[in-house]
Amino acid sequence: MPIRRTLRLVRRQWRLGVRRGLQVAAPARRAWRRSLHLRVVTLTLVASSLLVGGFGWFIAYSSTQILLDRAEDEVHAQMLGKTEYAYQQLTVHRQVFDRTLPATIIDTVNRLADGDSAESGGAIVSLRADHFPDLKPVTSVKVDTTSLITADMVHAVADSGQVAQQIRTATVGGVQTKYLVYGSPVPTSFGSVELYYLVPLTTEDRAANQIRTIVLVTGLALVILLGVVAGLVTGMVVTPVRIAARTAQRLSAGLLDQRMKVDGEDDLALLAASFNQMAANLQRQIVRLEEMSRLQRRFTSDVSHELRTPLTTVRMAADLLFSEREEFDPAVARSAELLQTELDRFESLLTDLLEISRFDAGFAALDAEYTDLVPIVERVAERLAGLGERVGVSIELRLPETPVIAEVDPRRIERVLRNLVGNAVEHGEGRPVEVTLATDEAAVAVTVRDHGVGLKQGEERLVFNRFWRADPSRARQTGGTGLGLSIAVEDARLHGGWLEAWGEPGGGAQFRLTVPVRSGDRLVAAPLPLIPRDRAVDAHPPALDEATLADADNAGEPAEVAR
Amino acid sequence: MIAGRSHGPKGDSAILDRMRARVLVVDDDPALAEMLGIVLRSEGFLPSFVADGERALAAFRESRPDIVLLDLMLPGMSGIDVARAIRTESGVPIVMLTAKSDTVDVVLGLESGADDYVVKPFKPKELVARMRARLRRGEDAAPEMLTIGPPGNQITIDVPAHTVARDGEEVKLTPLEFDLLVALARKPRQVFTREVLLEQVWGYRHAADTRLVNVHVQRLRAKIEPDPERPEIILTVRGVGYKAGTG
Repeated sequence: MPIRRTLRLVRRQWRLGVRRGLQVAAPARRAWRRSLHLRVVTLTLVASSLLVGGFGWFIAYSSTQILLDRAEDEVHAQMLGKTEYAYQQLTVHRQVFDRTLPATIIDTVNRLADGDSAESGGAIVSLRADHFPDLKPVTSVKVDTTSLITADMVHAVADSGQVAQQIRTATVGGVQTKYLVYGSPVPTSFGSVELYYLVPLTTEDRAANQIRTIVLVTGLALVILLGVVAGLVTGMVVTPVRIAARTAQRLSAGLLDQRMKVDGEDDLALLAASFNQMAANLQRQIVRLEEMSRLQRRFTSDVSHELRTPLTTVRMAADLLFSEREEFDPAVARSAELLQTELDRFESLLTDLLEISRFDAGFAALDAEYTDLVPIVERVAERLAGLGERVGVSIELRLPETPVIAEVDPRRIERVLRNLVGNAVEHGEGRPVEVTLATDEAAVAVTVRDHGVGLKQGEERLVFNRFWRADPSRARQTGGTGLGLSIAVEDARLHGGWLEAWGEPGGGAQFRLTVPVRSGDRLVAAPLPLIPRDRAVDAHPPALDEATLADADNAGEPAEVAR
Repeated sequence: MIAGRSHGPKGDSAILDRMRARVLVVDDDPALAEMLGIVLRSEGFLPSFVADGERALAAFRESRPDIVLLDLMLPGMSGIDVARAIRTESGVPIVMLTAKSDTVDVVLGLESGADDYVVKPFKPKELVARMRARLRRGEDAAPEMLTIGPPGNQITIDVPAHTVARDGEEVKLTPLEFDLLVALARKPRQVFTREVLLEQVWGYRHAADTRLVNVHVQRLRAKIEPDPERPEIILTVRGVGYKAGTG
């Protein structure tokens, strides 16, 4: 179909054109959006142009009209006199065949034209007798009047016997001139003839042109002036605002001693003064908080050192006692054992507390380097295999064949995985724990799945809380500190990653750690699902709920990490 | 099992004493120092003690230890300054005792010249294992000459003599740096992961503290590379580890 094809072509061309136009207009649009100055000046120019244009047109129009009205009135009055004169002259002849009639007509026309040729400057008088074809039209000046006295006018005057008027432009003697044309029937004794009086409107035209020029020039000057005034006024307001914005930017960049100049006592001076006050308060607060944070960090560091040194001594002493326990009597030997195990617990609790306080103080730093995650997962599994054997849980690894290289802090990732796998083994109820590692171009994910008691609804968020326990009455096997998952969440967040949990009562639990492949990238999606595949296909309503939740989680940052 | 260092004690002390490695403990906490003494003696070391940083160097010169245990937080002169001062005159193994495991502190300690570190509170067995790993070296005396680096930028390693030379000029390396270099140079073209290097050079097993490797590779590069910013002798293999550069 050629028409359809043409239409399609036209539409494509149009769309291309629009797009190109938008591209070309892009800098202008950006400037428009960014500059208040430009917007105010442009709007003022447009509005004042419309306003001044309207007024100018109105003034020019009315003054021209007034001039014309005056000319008409004058011509009308003259016309009456001339009609009267013509009537008196022509009514002498009773018959149209009167031989002297043409001579009288010529004489009358000349007299009428002469009578006021001085003041009317080139007025033309024409006498016609449309109903008497024998009488030739007589015109005072030898010009072609056909374009001035139109057929319509002749019809109105000769046939309807009315006084008619019109304004026509014609080239007379090589000059384009506007004429006010008056036509009036002249009743005579032999019938009606028509008298036309053509007055050039040169004076009025010139006056009207002058008025228009004056209005145009004044209007333009006014618009430009208004634009300049708008620009100046906006500048007066915008400049301090811009300075305020720049100062605020400097402040937020950390130059806390930046201030604005206060000039005078007006609103802008008030803005500057308030701004400065705000900056001073901010500076005071920030300095105070910095000092507090510094003290806090210092305290943490000092506590760390002060506690660790005596703990080392105690630790070594306990170790010595423990290794010699066979030589003691049973009560003392058992005491040495208890001392040893509880010291382990105390030590890990202290380590975790210090780690958490380091996160709280914002002192934790990411030592990211390109690392293969496969050996990390293998190492974690290998180390926890012993614990797994004790509680009858096997650790199954599902690792890709190729290295999984990501820019991560290996110590932190290993700590997170140790925690997740340790937890899974502890809660595995004798069933195997599956650790899966997968990657795509943007993210690396590790899931740790157990088939233990699982998590109740809502607990997948609570597990990350400090010192939270699923069942406080349940005996602990490995003596975790209760801070492990809180630290793991912080570690994940430090990587710009996610740590999420899924679980259902009786169905086990799955934890998923997702980190970006390049440090600092934003995560969008994880290469592994949070809900295990064997659970997600379940048609049970709770599982469906979980599935939609997981989709929401995949779409954005999950709630427990976003906090 | 404890081999004296090649330029170790040469005094006329008893045979037993010659077998025992001498340890200088620099720590300001008297209880910890005493406890360390008990443990070290029971493990067959000969410990001596100094409690502040300013006297540490004098004590080091006087006791000429085989290994130094150095607390990082000391009154007078900080442990980091002590490590630097010792490094200017000796390559003796230094093991830091630190209460801080933050990367800044650890890296600062390693950069100032410590070979290894243990974080308080440590288990005595762990400390002793680390010390033995630092002392156990130089047992294979088979004549071996190694050459690595691209043509025009080569270094030669005389393994039994524990010397490294570039353009016939000797480069001073600490025993640890030497071990690290030899480990890499013995298998040029093979990429060593940081974990493998930790096991081979430091004697660690199952540890992932890559900072230790990174810092010492940097220190080694600073000594043997003409331009440490663009290394040609010890190359980084991104995401994996390091290897020796060859022609």
